[in-house]
Amino acid sequence: MTTHTRQFNRRSILSLGGCALAMTAVVGTPAFASLTDDAIAALTGGAGAVEGGISITAPEIAENGNTVPVEIDAPGAVAITLFADGNPTPSVATFKFGALSASRTASTRIRLSTTQNVVAVAEMEDGSFQMAKANVKVTIGGCGG
Amino acid sequence: MASGVKPRVKVPKTAEAGEAITIKTLISHKMESGQRKDGDGKLIPRSIINRFTAEFNGENVIDVALEPAISTNPYFQFDAIVPESGEFTFTWYDDDGDIYESTKTISVA
Repeated sequence: MTTHTRQFNRRSILSLGGCALAMTAVVGTPAFASLTDDAIAALTGGAGAVEGGISITAPEIAENGNTVPVEIDAPGAVAITLFADGNPTPSVATFKFGALSASRTASTRIRLSTTQNVVAVAEMEDGSFQMAKANVKVTIGGCGG
Repeated sequence: MASGVKPRVKVPKTAEAGEAITIKTLISHKMESGQRKDGDGKLIPRSIINRFTAEFNGENVIDVALEPAISTNPYFQFDAIVPESGEFTFTWYDDDGDIYESTKTISVA
């Protein structure tokens, strides 16, 4: 956990030095993005999700795609589904919060096959959906291919 | 994959009534994704834990559906409310039908 934080800070400072623009251009849209869009559409019943209220914390650069720490925070959510839009199968996990859940937050570790977006879609108490995205650059992919 | 699976859970021993506590869980499991190939180029069949639940005195805290994209040795951290003294039950469901369970008691001062 500590190494990731340190890495994040150092790279952030580096990116301030002028390569920020280039990095945004490289990110692009991964090839499997449409799979994720389909999965989100299926989850929300076609209603779509608005970006806002919820947040997702992931390292900007993951050296090892086999275990990438991810934290989601979605106040007022009843369920959160995580997607990784560059993985062979985009679904990652679904968290359903029960009566005794103190906060709508959870942390776990996930596999990412390549540099991609991690997307969290939260179903709120009123039935609406919110989403958040985090781009993670992966140095060594985690699908073992 | 029934061998070598060991759940580990960290729960505070005491809490105040209604306090929110943080729980950390880890279970040793290889979480074979079904994407990898062995030396002969054959796919290694999927073998993962597909569901994890946490309950306190029978009431649900969190219910997680896991996909192959969850890392080896699945780790979860979440918060729970402790209304009274009691017992947390953590359950992991394996693809092969095995169920792993761990319990922790907590006392409210």
